[in-house]
Amino acid sequence: MKAIVWQGTNHVGVETVPDPALLLPTDAIVRVTSTAICGSDLHLLDGYIPSMEKGDILGHEFMGEVVEVGADVKKVRPGERVIMPFNLACGVCDPCRRGLFSACDNSNPNHRMAEALYGATSASGLFGYSHLFGGYAGGQAQFVRVPFADVSCFAIESDLRDDQVLFLTDIFPTGYQAAENCAIVPGRDVVAVFGAGPVGQFALRSAQMLGAASVIVVDRVPERLRLAEAAGARTVNYEQTDVLEALREATGGRGPDHVIDAVGLEAHGHGPGALLDTAEQKLRLSFDRITALRWAILSCAKGGTVSMPGVYGGLVDKLPLGAAFSKGLTLKMGQTHTHRYVRPLLQRIQGGEIDPSFVITHRAALSKGPELYKTFREKHDGCIKVVLDPWA
Amino acid sequence: MSAGDARGGARVTPPERRSTGAAMPTAERGLFGVMGVFLLTAGLRSGSSFQKLLLGSLGAGLTALALKGQSPVATALKIRQNTDGETLVGDAVTIGKGADELYAVWRKLENLPGLMKHLERVEVLDERRSRWTVKAPAGYSGGEVSWEAELTADEPGQRIAWRSLPGAQIENSGEVLFRAAPGDRGTEVVVRLTYRPPGGSAGALLARMLGQEPSQQLRDDLMRFKREQELGYHPTTEGQSSGRAGQGGKA
Repeated sequence: MKAIVWQGTNHVGVETVPDPALLLPTDAIVRVTSTAICGSDLHLLDGYIPSMEKGDILGHEFMGEVVEVGADVKKVRPGERVIMPFNLACGVCDPCRRGLFSACDNSNPNHRMAEALYGATSASGLFGYSHLFGGYAGGQAQFVRVPFADVSCFAIESDLRDDQVLFLTDIFPTGYQAAENCAIVPGRDVVAVFGAGPVGQFALRSAQMLGAASVIVVDRVPERLRLAEAAGARTVNYEQTDVLEALREATGGRGPDHVIDAVGLEAHGHGPGALLDTAEQKLRLSFDRITALRWAILSCAKGGTVSMPGVYGGLVDKLPLGAAFSKGLTLKMGQTHTHRYVRPLLQRIQGGEIDPSFVITHRAALSKGPELYKTFREKHDGCIKVVLDPWA
Repeated sequence: MSAGDARGGARVTPPERRSTGAAMPTAERGLFGVMGVFLLTAGLRSGSSFQKLLLGSLGAGLTALALKGQSPVATALKIRQNTDGETLVGDAVTIGKGADELYAVWRKLENLPGLMKHLERVEVLDERRSRWTVKAPAGYSGGEVSWEAELTADEPGQRIAWRSLPGAQIENSGEVLFRAAPGDRGTEVVVRLTYRPPGGSAGALLARMLGQEPSQQLRDDLMRFKREQELGYHPTTEGQSSGRAGQGGKA
């Protein structure tokens, strides 16, 4: 089959690789009908998430049709149209039973590697996201092996198009959880979203669905800001204005009640902090450039929440913890417990509250994937979100 | 299970751990000194400034350790020793099953090689005595090491303890506790092992670097046990497709 393969830092290519096979009786094989490139794939592309190996198949946002199931698979049947959350969960351990699917105890066979690097109990396995997170082959391919099939596969029976349900696998729940974590008081709270990429766009719309009085979106890419404005957000271009000043003014000096950092470890930005971050990252003294997080903490109103759906990699310094402490902020973070949100958000899509396909700017054949990785990274050609067809 | 109040208290507290921070025997100090000076020299000679910094500071560190005669490296790597020079290893895992069920699996000592991967086999000799065989650790001559052990405690559903009998090549002892986890989370399985590593704390360090150190093995064993009990299988990616050599080529 054809698949997008990590070939080394800043190199991905389309290769012919063997078709996946069932490895365990709880696996399923899915024929992929749509697959997307996620912003967090870019952290793999440029090597900021360690433990990638040449030949790893990328991709963690995909959907398709079940073609084969193992002997112990009970709920999922061949022929079903399914979507799979990007994180893998066993469904039986204590975190899974509490709905903390992205903290699954059992799904990462390389738990020791993750524990050593993160200095903490490892998170769940992820599709196509480095050996630290299990080394599972991803779904930017014609077929994919789906472990824990009964827990992983969500049947989509309606006539919704792939484009409308595909993002339930990651960016929609991720934006939604980020907004939910803010515990927004409807009609009262102002929410700022840093980063107007795909997750930021869904965080904005989720904050609106949860009743935010208004939403302010911070980015620098004109078409992203326009897409946010189209949804009714106020916007701040941080390259043209001082972010902290603009947010203070927009909120009568209070600051946004909650701030969502939908940027993560590769923040751009400017100022001495940003320069120092970049220098440290280039020297591999640090994995993370935290300008967005720094601004989020500094701008957030007293008693507010800084919600962090953006991915962070390692030890972070120069974090304005004093500001967070003095304002009594709540910090909420972590991978999305995607499984929890698939059904409720699917209902919102079916009810016509949101059509997630608004975010797609580029569609192409899988074979064009490597070019589109670059287009997406450079934000050329108005690129916000890429969906690939493995069979085109 | 005996009376409920007999379960808590002293038994839950770890056994005496007067950790010395691993004092190094003379031979070991010598070894560290030689390694330190070697690395220091290699570092200073290196053309790369990064290597100069890395090897140099590593070398200086090891030399300082040798002069000081204490092994903070061993301490930092959580290689703990008691005042008798025995190495202590412990870990714990919570498993979503009842204590009686988990106890029953461990109590069948001949099952243990299935749980603890470094064990080759355990032969039950009688009600209290058993014969344990492991693959020889690094730097140890002969393919296998074995010893006889006896049970020193057997409290169904709560605790199993054992120790090697006099004459063992690697003196060791251990215990496994099974405690009800709060809420409906199942059972906390706590394992504590004590052994005298061949080669002192340097031996323990070397074994750690080679990935054969008991605390690493113990962590793996406990996670494997948890997954066997909770899932009935081990998640794996072995045999999956990739673009690595021998598997494919350019499309």
